[in-house]
Amino acid sequence: MSADKGSSGKNRHLSNRAIVNLFIWPTLFLLIAMNVFPLFYSLYLGFTNYSAIARQAPVWVGFQNFSNILNDKQLWEYFATTGRYALMSVSLQTLVGFGLAMLVREKFKGGGILTTLILIPMMISPVVVGLFWKLMYNPTFGFFNFLLGFGNPSKAPDWLASRFAGQPMPGLALFAVVIVDVWIWAPFVMLLVLSGLKAIPDYLYEAAVVDRASSWFQFWRITLPQVAPLLLIAVLFRTIEAFKSFDLVMGMTGGGPGSQTELIAVNLYRQAFLGQFRTGPASALAYIILIVIIAISNLYIKYLNQSKGEG
Amino acid sequence: MLNKKSLLYIFMLIVFVLGACAPAATQAPAASNVKELKILWAQWSPADYLQQIGAMYEKETGIKVTVVQEPWGSFGDRFNVAMAAGGTEWDMVVGDSQWLGQGVTAKYYVDLTDFMKSNGIDKSVTPATLQYYGEYPSGSGKYYAFPTEGDADGWAYRKDLFEDPANKDAFKAKYGYDLAVPTTWAQLMDIAKFFTQPDKKLYGVAIYTQKDYDAITMGVENVMFSYGGKWQAADNTVQGVVNSQESIDALQYYRDLYDCCQVPGLNNAFFTETNDAMIGGQAAMIMNYFAFFPALANKSTNPHADVTGFFANPAGPTGKRAAALGGQGISVISFVSPERQQASLDFIKWFAQEKIQAQWATLGGYTCNINVLKTDAFKNATPYNPAFSETMTFVQDFWNIPTYAKLLESTQRNLSAFVVEGKGTAKDTMDTIAADHTASLKADGVIK
Repeated sequence: MSADKGSSGKNRHLSNRAIVNLFIWPTLFLLIAMNVFPLFYSLYLGFTNYSAIARQAPVWVGFQNFSNILNDKQLWEYFATTGRYALMSVSLQTLVGFGLAMLVREKFKGGGILTTLILIPMMISPVVVGLFWKLMYNPTFGFFNFLLGFGNPSKAPDWLASRFAGQPMPGLALFAVVIVDVWIWAPFVMLLVLSGLKAIPDYLYEAAVVDRASSWFQFWRITLPQVAPLLLIAVLFRTIEAFKSFDLVMGMTGGGPGSQTELIAVNLYRQAFLGQFRTGPASALAYIILIVIIAISNLYIKYLNQSKGEG
Repeated sequence: MLNKKSLLYIFMLIVFVLGACAPAATQAPAASNVKELKILWAQWSPADYLQQIGAMYEKETGIKVTVVQEPWGSFGDRFNVAMAAGGTEWDMVVGDSQWLGQGVTAKYYVDLTDFMKSNGIDKSVTPATLQYYGEYPSGSGKYYAFPTEGDADGWAYRKDLFEDPANKDAFKAKYGYDLAVPTTWAQLMDIAKFFTQPDKKLYGVAIYTQKDYDAITMGVENVMFSYGGKWQAADNTVQGVVNSQESIDALQYYRDLYDCCQVPGLNNAFFTETNDAMIGGQAAMIMNYFAFFPALANKSTNPHADVTGFFANPAGPTGKRAAALGGQGISVISFVSPERQQASLDFIKWFAQEKIQAQWATLGGYTCNINVLKTDAFKNATPYNPAFSETMTFVQDFWNIPTYAKLLESTQRNLSAFVVEGKGTAKDTMDTIAADHTASLKADGVIK
């Protein structure tokens, strides 16, 4: 009976297996073609001297590209700049994001609208944000200096030139980019922390109040441990993104002045495109960046798991 | 009557003759079969003008010309990647002068030497434009592009400020000579300092400082070439040439100009930012490519259009004048069929005619045609044409060999560090650039 049904249905309906295959194989094919193949092909290219515009087949050079990168002082400078940028940016985002979350956690009139407004920077393209912050940083008509009380442009900081009153002030341009990155992404940290804050049961605070615990004790012993797993996830995401930062920096400073804001992703782009098309060395550099990001991510995940275990 | 055997022989003979003729007929390029030609160029006004020229060509020949416009930011990437794949989507490209070496060595471009010489096209354009837009290697007499859109750096200035009697008196009292369009870089510095008046929100200059691609290099080149500096000797040596005293002095001049008189905030400035400084009334003089001056002469985009004047680069300490080259030449893509190549050559031959070049100039294109550049009609067409015409006789360019991108990266990074960031000395900067260039050129086998 069932065999008859099966055979008669074979002409009209697809079997469960066929439906499963129809869903799985196109996705798998796309995944292999768009993700897996490029991943391994670029790894292969990292061991060649290939240039995407040279019309020559890749020539195997072994570990030459990796060796060149690891011995290139200039590239290590860019890695150090990226590290400084990530550290400053993620730390400030965490502090500001946490603060904002604590603020909007309290119920007050207009709190919903305020939360929405705070989220707006995250919704704008970083290139656009970079362009209008460039205007805001302008020493002559930008209002950033005005807010800081600098009226005379020649005695004010020229943020993106790393100069103060005409004199060099190394690090200023990088800090200016960090401020903008914090402005964009602190709301992201706020969102994650907020969801953690709202999940904390009220009875924990009620018990603490009964025990006459101070606000600081409540924060340190209840709020922070409860929010920590989500906070670490936010920090993990933001650190990975900070190491990949490209569009904002390119839009604001182009990596300059000099090499002050030349993050490793900006330099990767410069090597891979912009007339150079050093595809092989750029692929090798991309893999070194990937390894660094994976290493940092693993550290975070280790702490995340520890924090979950304690929780 | 012919017998069957004879008929067979005659039939075979006819087949043989037809067979022999057929390949000959297909080998000869028959341009008439081509119905459309596609030209790749950057997305900007001159490409629109070329499209209008293309419409004229279609009217005359029936062959449609389409100018495919790609935004500047992705123009080079799109072209190079397509060429690496042997792309045939365009018949011609109006490519940057710095791409020439890559285009020739990678065999993207058709050799136009015989075509240009036999049609007298090589003699119709200014020698400097032929050299920098078309010739590779330099001095070889081999041409791969027809100079299409001539361009170079020049200056726009506020005539009203220069002609103001109070300013004239004050300037003469301070510097001992009349306030006028500068004829030397030293005068330009004096004028820039004179007009730098922060209390009035007015500054002397807006010059190129952008690090992204080639802007600050082009800006410094204007002074460096005029001072007698060069990027290379005839044998491609760079040590002692790039870091010559002339180049060091020129770089110091550029830094001093930036320090004293640049509009604040223009620390990553290229053509948009310098034009904006003039439009916003912040700068007395701005550096820019002539191709971007139409916006300054247009009342709808520049409130000071009526009082904006233009001048060519002033002379260096020895009287030498030079300007950094912009602009592009048109090349034929080697991957398209011989028939399409021939049709492209036909278009270039038609486009190179003096009367068409005159029309190209009338539309707004910057012709490189010697005779058109000399005509009063051209010089009077716009307020900036006289300066352009003068400039195109003394243009100079950066490297155009395939290594240029590596050379440019080091140059941009080091110039930006010295001029904008204020790091190091002019000598250290040029020494570093010379060392980097030497290493890159050696790595690519250009020098030993």
